Parts: sequence; structure tokens; C-alpha cells
Amino acid sequence: MDPAALADCLKTTSCVVTQFTSGLIIGMLLFLVAAGLTLIFGVLKVVNFTHGSFYMLGAYLALSVYKISDSFTLAVVCAGAGVALFGLVFERLFMSRVYGSNVLMQLLVCYAFILILDDAVKFIWGAEFKSMGMPPAFQRPPILLAGGVIPAFYLFLIVIALAIGAVLWLVITRTRVGKIVRAAAHNPTMTSALGINTGLIYGTVFAAGGLLAGLAGGLAAPVRSMAPGMGVSILIESFIVTVIGGMGSIGGALAGSLLIGLIRSFGSIGFPLFTEGIMFLFMAMVLVIKPSGLFGKDI
Amino acid sequence: MKRRGFAFDLGIATAALVVLAILPVLFPSKALVDFAIRVAAFGIFASSLNILVGYTGLVSFGHGMFFGAGAYTFGLLMQNTGTSIPAAFLLTLLLSAALAAVVGAICVRLKEIYFAFITLAFQMLLHSLIISWQQLTGGDQGLMGGIPRPPFLGIDLADQSHLYLFACATLIVSLLIMRHLMQSPFGYTLRMIRDNAERAQFIGIRIWRMRLAAFILAGIFASVGGIIMSLLVSGAYPEFGYWTISGEAIFMLMLGGTSAFLGPTVGTMMLLLLNDVITRFTEYYGLTLGVVILLFALVFRKGVADFAVEAWRRRFGENQA
Repeated sequence: MDPAALADCLKTTSCVVTQFTSGLIIGMLLFLVAAGLTLIFGVLKVVNFTHGSFYMLGAYLALSVYKISDSFTLAVVCAGAGVALFGLVFERLFMSRVYGSNVLMQLLVCYAFILILDDAVKFIWGAEFKSMGMPPAFQRPPILLAGGVIPAFYLFLIVIALAIGAVLWLVITRTRVGKIVRAAAHNPTMTSALGINTGLIYGTVFAAGGLLAGLAGGLAAPVRSMAPGMGVSILIESFIVTVIGGMGSIGGALAGSLLIGLIRSFGSIGFPLFTEGIMFLFMAMVLVIKPSGLFGKDI
Repeated sequence: MKRRGFAFDLGIATAALVVLAILPVLFPSKALVDFAIRVAAFGIFASSLNILVGYTGLVSFGHGMFFGAGAYTFGLLMQNTGTSIPAAFLLTLLLSAALAAVVGAICVRLKEIYFAFITLAFQMLLHSLIISWQQLTGGDQGLMGGIPRPPFLGIDLADQSHLYLFACATLIVSLLIMRHLMQSPFGYTLRMIRDNAERAQFIGIRIWRMRLAAFILAGIFASVGGIIMSLLVSGAYPEFGYWTISGEAIFMLMLGGTSAFLGPTVGTMMLLLLNDVITRFTEYYGLTLGVVILLFALVFRKGVADFAVEAWRRRFGENQA
């Protein structure tokens, strides 16, 4: 506990700017993962606890593609596409079998896959920490703003994550596919009675969630070290985000992610050991006051 | 068919205790004793979770909170106050009940998945507290220096064979109390709330009060499991309060089954055995365990004890649960 350090930081603009941007990138990466989680819950009413492992898979896929091709763009695209495909297969072959049964069964299937994927990663890539290194395109001096340091890659990350979020929002609210997805979320029986293949919709939504998590993993690869089990902490955080923002609300996921990102970056100065505690305290408070989350529809 | 009463359960419990007491005489093995103590700790813990999951229909993701709280409270009491083991034991149960009452009063008002979320949140809150309150808990190192185990009534828990008997007796007595409560009108009220909460409300049952009672009861017994564990390892570690402990307990329930009273204990034995066997033969522990979990979740769809109970009923035509 060191609240004095936090107070010192808040007094200087350079520290505030540095911490704020690092909070923003934590938040934006979290947003990509949490958006997929909340989308899947919104449509399927299933909490995909393997979502953190999707993110991990994305990061490792990006690492391998980058090593072979030397292209960061290709690495991120392949990470997204690969995990999307995995999400589709996972939903069609496994999750779709436990929709009718209770939450425990869904939880167990996810838990099994968390264990299996961690070991699969250990088997393929090894148990030791891996890092990708910064792609040459971003190896340039950081931008100085009011005395604070902002690496070029951070700016890129924030912009690209916002762009992905905007595309997601447009697809859901403005396109025919989005309309069908919203209809399936609202009333699956009626939607399927209208001749729409809801199984396909569910698979697509899982693939979209996988795409987002895979992209996040790929984008995070240059700034995060990788190890089997890295999915757990991002799963827990994106889970907090979706509960705070409201399960099923993409806007809520954005707000929640930024909030958690800032708590993480400023909290690491003031109370490094209790930042997780603060997040859970916040989550418990939201659940008590408004269980459906800050931006969720009332249940 | 006539219902068997408390006397029957008591008979089985006594017989089980005698068998357990003879066991180490027949097979003198330190590994077996160690295994049995762990089964006792987690068996009580998993059975207590089943009060919530199986009987009341409340899926808690944060039950490990009371396991951790029990281990830490007991450890801290023994290290700092120099009380006797029975006094610290009882005081731990009281404090756990108080914790469960406060947390439960907030949690049981929430429905289904939100109940699961908020219990998880409280558990992780406690875990963060344990990690960050280093002066008291030793942070991520756990309670260091060992827990003093002064002898009482001629029982010396520092002696592994005494600890074994103590753990077995605690397991049997805890199971007997839980069994008796679940077969009482209170237990059947909980089942009714699980099956149809609205209807229970119609006949005048205060649902949240009953759920809270179940929550406190489950919390108390979970802390008993924690105490046994802290006695075994002579310490307490933050992992005892981490969400994975709750996850393991849920898996124990699914392995053994939630409908038979002894299901969770059977599941505990299976999971701990599975752990030992898998870690001996392969370093890909998660892969193997994951496949086993998938098998249970997708193929069997119920626990081992559920199958046994069904087979029993088919054979003897019993239709009472």
C-alpha cells in the first residue's frame, strides 16, 4: 500500500499522461476481449469461460506467423481468423450440446477446455515465457506529450481497437446480419420459425467472439509476454468488465474496460497488491445496486 | 418403502468410522494417511457446497472463500492467541458463520447466474485481502512458521496418526450432521425452494431467509474443511481462497453426483485419486483432466454416485430420494 506515491503521481502531468495512456491500452485490449464475451452472452445467454484461452491462442498464433512471415499485419489477421475458426468448431461440436442443461455443465465444458488449451500451448510452444518483440515499423521514438511518454505502438493500438469496435457496432446495428443476430438474441424460437438457421447464427457469434479475442491476442503480442495460463487473468478482467458494463451490452463493455484499465494502471502505483481487490469490490457493488450492470437492460 | 431414519445413518457412520480406524493398521502407509486426511478436508468442503448447489439450487462460484477463511482464521488464532485447538476450532466456526451471514445476506437476493458472479466477486475480494494484508497473513507466502498444535484430551494432532483419526472423525460427524439436517423439514424446504421457489413462497416460506440459512450452514462446514487442511499442511496459503478451489469443488460434485448425499465425498475421492495418478504418469495433467471432465459433462452427464443410486433403485424399487 502506497497511497502517497499515487498522490505524487497525480500531481505531475507527465506521470498522469503516462499512466493514463497505459491504462487506455490495457482498457482497449480488454475491450476487444470483453466485447466478444458480452456478445456471446447477449445472444446465446452463455458465459464463455474459455474466452481468455481464445486470447492466449491468438497471441501464440500471431507469434508463430510473425516468426515465419515477418509481417505483423499478417500475424494479427491470421490470429483473428484462426481463433474465429476455433470458436466456430468449439461452439458447434461442444458448447451446442450443453445449451439446454444447467450452468454447471457449461462451466465444466469451458473449464475442461481451459485446461486442455493451456496444455496444448505448453505442448506446441513450450512452457517458458515467450515474447514477440516490437515490429520494426513501430521501433521509433515515443511521442512526448506534456512530459508524458507515449510509445507509437500504443497510439496505433488505441486507434485500431476503436476502429474494430466501431466496425462491430456498425455490423450489429446497421446490417442485415446484425439484425438477424439481434433477433436471435431477443427470441430464438421465433427467429428460427421464420426460417433462419439459429444454429448457424450461434456458430457465427462464437466465431465473431473468437475473432475479437484472437485479434486482441495478436495486437497484444508485441507488448505482452506469453505463457500458458495467460488467459486466466484477462478472462477474469473481461468478466468483471462485462458484469460492470452489463452482460450483453457492447457500449457497457467499452465503458467497463476503460474503467478497469485506468484502475489497473493507477492502482499499480498506489496499491499494487489490491488492484484486483478494488475491481472485485466494484463488481460486487454494481451487482448489489444494479445486477444487470451499468448499461444492461433490467432483468 | 419405509424411510430409514437417523438411527440407520448413525449405524453406517459408526461402521465407517471403525473401518477407517482399522485401515492404517492393515495398510501402514504414510501416503494413504495423507491421502485420507485430504479426502476428509475436501470431502467436507464439497459436501457443504452441495447443500447450496444440490439441495437449494444456488450455484456458488465462490465457496472456496469459506475454505480459505477457515484455514486462515484457525491458523491465525492458533499462532497469535495460544488458545487450545477445540476453542480455536469453535471460534473459527463462529467467525465463518458471521462472515457467511454478512456475505450471504447480500448474495442470496440475486438470482441464478448473478448469484454465481457475486459469490465469485466476494471470494476474490477475500483472496486479494489475504495477498495484500502482508503483516497479518504473510501475503503470497502464506501463513509461515507452522501452526502450533498443542495436545488436548490426550490427542496430539502433531502426530500424523492422531491427525488421521481426528480428520476421519470430523468428516464422519460433519457428514452425519449435514445428512440429518438435509433429511429434516428444513432440508425438504430447501429442496422445495430449489424445485419451485414461487410455490414455496405461496405457502408462506421466507425464501431468502431459508437460502441465507443454507448459505451460512454451507459456509460453516466449508470452514471445517479449511481447518482440517490447515492442520495437515501446518499453515494456510492464498490458494486456499482462490477461485480454482471453488472450481475444483464444483468438479468434485459433478464427478460424484449431486443427487446422492455421499456423491460429493465420492467425487472428492475420485478427483484426488485422479490427480495423484495423472501427475504420476504424465506432465500433461490439464490435457488428461480436461478430457475426463469433457467425458463427464458431455457423455455421462451425471456423477458416479448418481448411477449407483439409480441402479439401486431399479433393483429394489425404491423411489424415495
